[in-house]
Amino acid sequence: MSTVTDENPSATPLTVPAQPRRRRVPGWARGILWAVGVIAILSTASYLTGVNTLTSTNTAQTAFRLALPILLAALGGLWAERAGVINIGLEGMMILGTWGAAWGAYYGGVWAGLGAAILLGALGGLLHAIATVTFNVNHIVSGVAINLLGLGVARYLATLIFEPLSGNPRQSPPVPTFDTYSASFLSDWLSDLEAQQRVGISDAAGLINGLVSKVSPLAMIAILLVPLSYYILWRTRFGLRLRSCGENPVAAESLGVNVYAYKYIGVICSGGLAGMGGAALVLLAGGGGYLENQTNGRGYIGLAAMIFGNWRPGGLLGGAALFGYADGLRLAGGGTAVLALLYGAVLLLAVIVVVQLIRRRWVAAAFGVVGAGVLYWIYWANDDLPSDLIPYTAHFVTLIVLAVASQRLRPPKADGARYRRGEGD
Amino acid sequence: MTSWRTKVLPPLLAIIFSLLICSIALLISGSDPLQAFATMVEQLFRGTTAIDTVNLGCVYYLSGLAVAIGFQMNLFNIGVEGQYRFAAVIAAIAGGAMHLPPVIHTFVIILVAALAGAAYAALPAILKVTRGVSEVISTIMLNSIVGGIVAFLINPSQFGVLTGNNLRTEEIDKSGQVPGIPIGGATLFGFVFIAAVIGLAYWFMLNRTRFGFELKASGESATAAAAGGVSAKKMTLVAMLLSGGVAGLIAMPELLGRDFSYAITSTQNYGFTGIAVALLGRNHPGGIALGALLWAFLDKSAVSLEQVDVPKEIAVIMQGAIVLSVVVAYEVVKRADLAAAQRRVGRAVTGKPASVAEGGAV
Repeated sequence: MSTVTDENPSATPLTVPAQPRRRRVPGWARGILWAVGVIAILSTASYLTGVNTLTSTNTAQTAFRLALPILLAALGGLWAERAGVINIGLEGMMILGTWGAAWGAYYGGVWAGLGAAILLGALGGLLHAIATVTFNVNHIVSGVAINLLGLGVARYLATLIFEPLSGNPRQSPPVPTFDTYSASFLSDWLSDLEAQQRVGISDAAGLINGLVSKVSPLAMIAILLVPLSYYILWRTRFGLRLRSCGENPVAAESLGVNVYAYKYIGVICSGGLAGMGGAALVLLAGGGGYLENQTNGRGYIGLAAMIFGNWRPGGLLGGAALFGYADGLRLAGGGTAVLALLYGAVLLLAVIVVVQLIRRRWVAAAFGVVGAGVLYWIYWANDDLPSDLIPYTAHFVTLIVLAVASQRLRPPKADGARYRRGEGD
Repeated sequence: MTSWRTKVLPPLLAIIFSLLICSIALLISGSDPLQAFATMVEQLFRGTTAIDTVNLGCVYYLSGLAVAIGFQMNLFNIGVEGQYRFAAVIAAIAGGAMHLPPVIHTFVIILVAALAGAAYAALPAILKVTRGVSEVISTIMLNSIVGGIVAFLINPSQFGVLTGNNLRTEEIDKSGQVPGIPIGGATLFGFVFIAAVIGLAYWFMLNRTRFGFELKASGESATAAAAGGVSAKKMTLVAMLLSGGVAGLIAMPELLGRDFSYAITSTQNYGFTGIAVALLGRNHPGGIALGALLWAFLDKSAVSLEQVDVPKEIAVIMQGAIVLSVVVAYEVVKRADLAAAQRRVGRAVTGKPASVAEGGAV
């Protein structure tokens, strides 16, 4: 401690921990490191198990498509929770979004559908904001009510408007979907590379190929929204004020920030993003219309992806990718592919155990060894997983990830707290 | 100080408000709200609807109680949905496999159900206590996963039986069933009385035992309770297990009184309804009973709306609106009460009406 203060007497020595300051790896570099690491593990697993679907173009493409709604919902969660409002109602706002997307697209084309979805989702957000910010209702209670209401309104409107058109109250007539674009020269070259089946390179080529071919404008917008959210929330005055409402609204109020207004903006943006997530289910290939229970809990998974990402845009991108991949893999490859993923998890755990041993954390390393042993036993003892349980791969992954990682997470400090103007102490 | 206004006024306001919202929705879609509501009330006195409503209300009551136990401890047990379905399928399999004398058989099935529900609730409880995982997210994940578990267990290669087109578990013997009371053309579940007893036990536990006091205390303020020697972690664990245990019973009225086996098509979403019912009843056993009956009435009578060409989904909108407006109404009335109390204190202290700055009326 003393050596540090001698060098820099102006630093506040009371609150800074005594550790020598290590150079931090910048966020984008860490993201690239993670991506390289994950590709390395997947290609090793794919090589050792002989299951090519683990890194095929098809898997990556499906994963990307399935990750989009989760990504948008997670971004929605980010905007609300950074402003200090827990948003369990993402699911209901997403359902509203699916109805709006189908309605708008049927009458006015895909862009009108996207607009209607955002609008309806934002309306759900507005309702949540009125209940939680103005009336101080418990955030989770209000969210649950909005989920109920969103479901009811979407069903009612579907019976009223879609049934005469499609003859079925549970689904809309087919609607147009977004055109897709491929970076064709890049995609061709990557396809060649993948076909050569060289260890590592072909795997990376397959995964990247899935991300650059058949991309819709909506997907590009969604991906761009991640750096955009980061820029707005972390690099502008507006963002600083919005986040201050989530960390310490009383302090923000004392500096003249209109906390109510910022919370309203955060939650309405959150609803709009969730509605957009609903549109991503309807207006992309594989969708093509409103369907009852289409969201199937994706709003909740988006929330989990955001928590997994430690309430940060880069992290939630990783979370959404993880869930999208778990979902896409079982669609593309079925039980054998999920088993191969277990093998990949064993490899990942092995790496983690080595790291923990170097850091001399014996207990964590022991847990890692036990976990890897159990997973490897499951992999070794089965040829296929029960088909009834495979659709829930993403949910199991969420539980395990939360159990392992939740203690290192740091939510916004006043997330979910009551706030009324002028009642701070 | 809570007056009768705090207790009775909010639900009434909420129901009136949601009636208004639904009237607007109905008017926009071009139907007559009064006619629609009248049809729903008339339906109650037609055929077996009244008994069906009470039967369904019994299910919702248990679900509301399960959620309310969590609420007392500030725990948000969204997982009631998963816990009850897990318990139902386990109890149905166990009950179908066993052959015991009458009363004992029933008792064992109920016990198995409660234990299975508690076991499924133990997972999020342990994750919360040891790893700090929010129970909201983990129970939502477990709710989804239970669909896979039910499908897996009812599979013919495991414990299921294929009858016609429907996969179900083995039928429970006559000895395990709970006899009902035939009224008119319908049968009132015998489980209604068991549910009432559970409600009484809940009231007794909360208001007349040390455990209930500690539960409420650590729900109100974990730090204050810890200062009084109550471990918040232990209370979290116990409350979650109790909640799961009661959740395990939710499917029992139908399983032991009507269906006698659990099928892949058995009704879902009772657990989510429980959240709404508990909110409506303010975690009070009597309030939950009223909320459960109201909810069941909306569900059962909505069917009649088809006769007057109104989509029956309007009932779902009404339910959502009731929940949202009831919580808002509680908040508004609480604030009004608080302001009134401040005025009263102001008057008592100074002997003259309080000024606006002291919280007096404007």
